[in-house]
Amino acid sequence: MRWQRLSWAPRWVVLVAGIACWQLWTSAARSSFFPQPSAIVARMYHLWFSGPAAHLFLTADATGNILPSLGRVFAGLAIATAIGLPLGIALGRSAAVTAYLNPLLQFARALPVVTMAPVFIVLFKLGTQMEIATIVFGTVWPILLNTIDGAASVDPVQLETARAFRMTRWQRVAWLIVPAALPKAFAGFRLSLSLSLILMVFAELVGSTDGIGYEMSNATNSFDMTLLWSTIVLLGILGYLLNELLAGTERLVLSWHTPHRERE
Amino acid sequence: MASVTSVTSTAAAGSAGGGGRPSWVGRWARGATGIVVFLLLTEAAGRLGIISRSALPLTSSVLWRTVLLAGSGRFLADLGATVEAWAVGLAITVAVGVPIGVLLGSVPGVRVATRAIVEFLRPIPSVALILLVSLLLGPGLRLAATLIVYGAIWPVLYNTIAGIDDVDPVARETHRAFGFSRLQTVWMVSLPSAAPFIGTGIRLASSVALILDIATGYITGPINGPGIGAYIAQESTGADDLTVILAATVWAGILGLVLDLLLTGVQRRLLRWHHARLGETE
Repeated sequence: MRWQRLSWAPRWVVLVAGIACWQLWTSAARSSFFPQPSAIVARMYHLWFSGPAAHLFLTADATGNILPSLGRVFAGLAIATAIGLPLGIALGRSAAVTAYLNPLLQFARALPVVTMAPVFIVLFKLGTQMEIATIVFGTVWPILLNTIDGAASVDPVQLETARAFRMTRWQRVAWLIVPAALPKAFAGFRLSLSLSLILMVFAELVGSTDGIGYEMSNATNSFDMTLLWSTIVLLGILGYLLNELLAGTERLVLSWHTPHRERE
Repeated sequence: MASVTSVTSTAAAGSAGGGGRPSWVGRWARGATGIVVFLLLTEAAGRLGIISRSALPLTSSVLWRTVLLAGSGRFLADLGATVEAWAVGLAITVAVGVPIGVLLGSVPGVRVATRAIVEFLRPIPSVALILLVSLLLGPGLRLAATLIVYGAIWPVLYNTIAGIDDVDPVARETHRAFGFSRLQTVWMVSLPSAAPFIGTGIRLASSVALILDIATGYITGPINGPGIGAYIAQESTGADDLTVILAATVWAGILGLVLDLLLTGVQRRLLRWHHARLGETE
């Protein structure tokens, strides 16, 4: 896409200008709800990133809250992928089974997943298990449904050709079906990634004893606006980095499949 | 192009059509069978003790409670509040997101200038703003609508830009060569051509809006806030019985499904000419 070819320099200039405006506005407005960005950055540094070098400069507060949050996101997405990808490929190759399951799948996808958090709170009690269950339940559907869609879209001529060449079932899966399903699966991952952050924060807000969401709710209860803004900025940075990580992985994985796609 | 179509495929997932599939009647019959088998299996698992009844209530009691909720005035009021916030939030999202998307899509200079800010605002999970914005606005419709606009605008914005990028440059230039102004060209060529992309963006935005709607109610409304989220929060404080929570969840799922079908129907109706025209030219 055209966006990616633009140079980096103007982006940073605009970002710095934006932050400068924000700084000027907050120091003029002096609202207790809108702390100055310089104060937010200073707070973030002292709270999370001023630790010893041996801990990668992370403080105890950072390892006690940021790492558990990230761990839950990664664990949730890993489990959702481990369920959604193989199941999606299997269902994508079986139109009949998918027809039986379709209404249930559509219902699960349409379900606003935050309503499941209270259910998981009762089932698992408060804590990491409940949070990971919420993330898995919310992120598995985009991955599953997109993989089904992708695996169902394999060119029948290619499949017949593969059969004619006496490729085994597993060879067909590895060389035809998985490559055909991956681009769509990645579209599902993108959606699941942003959902996983939403669900992580939500689950930690409603029932946790550590994590970024827990720090947010503490900040609100003690009316510490600088801390609340710090957690919001931190989540923005983490979201940005995770998106970049996924985009990089996608380029790496799909670049190797591009010949397949272009031949279609 | 591949990366652009993959944006649209997310919402189209599940509706994987194509030839050689069973007929409409066949698909409905199979789908209905699937639902009935699922309900019977979960009911049997509960009755046989495979799923402990103290952990999960019986399917039949959840379904009965779901039916009963339809007669509860308090629940219906909360359901109405949820739909209202969804509609107001989504309407503002579209009214703001589509024009900005068209602007960013048609004027490369503006796009470069705002890109960094957009890219750093977008990843902030919208639920992270619930606490801050609720301190500023207090619970209610304004809070839910504000958060919905923040969270739901990104799919609309990105899909509009992708749609404008996808406009046939020959059609656009031809139109310009006939002496139409830039704005007229946007209105008569770019927007209609981008409409299917925008429609997909709005459907993605709708599901984000519903999630935020309910999350906001759940976090800010345990005492007397409006919405299904608030209803669930009120019912689940201190309760170990999941029946009413699950029944409300079933309603939330039905609501999500109905709103999505509604938007799909509107999109199909509005874009009927679109497919016909594509059929002619290709």
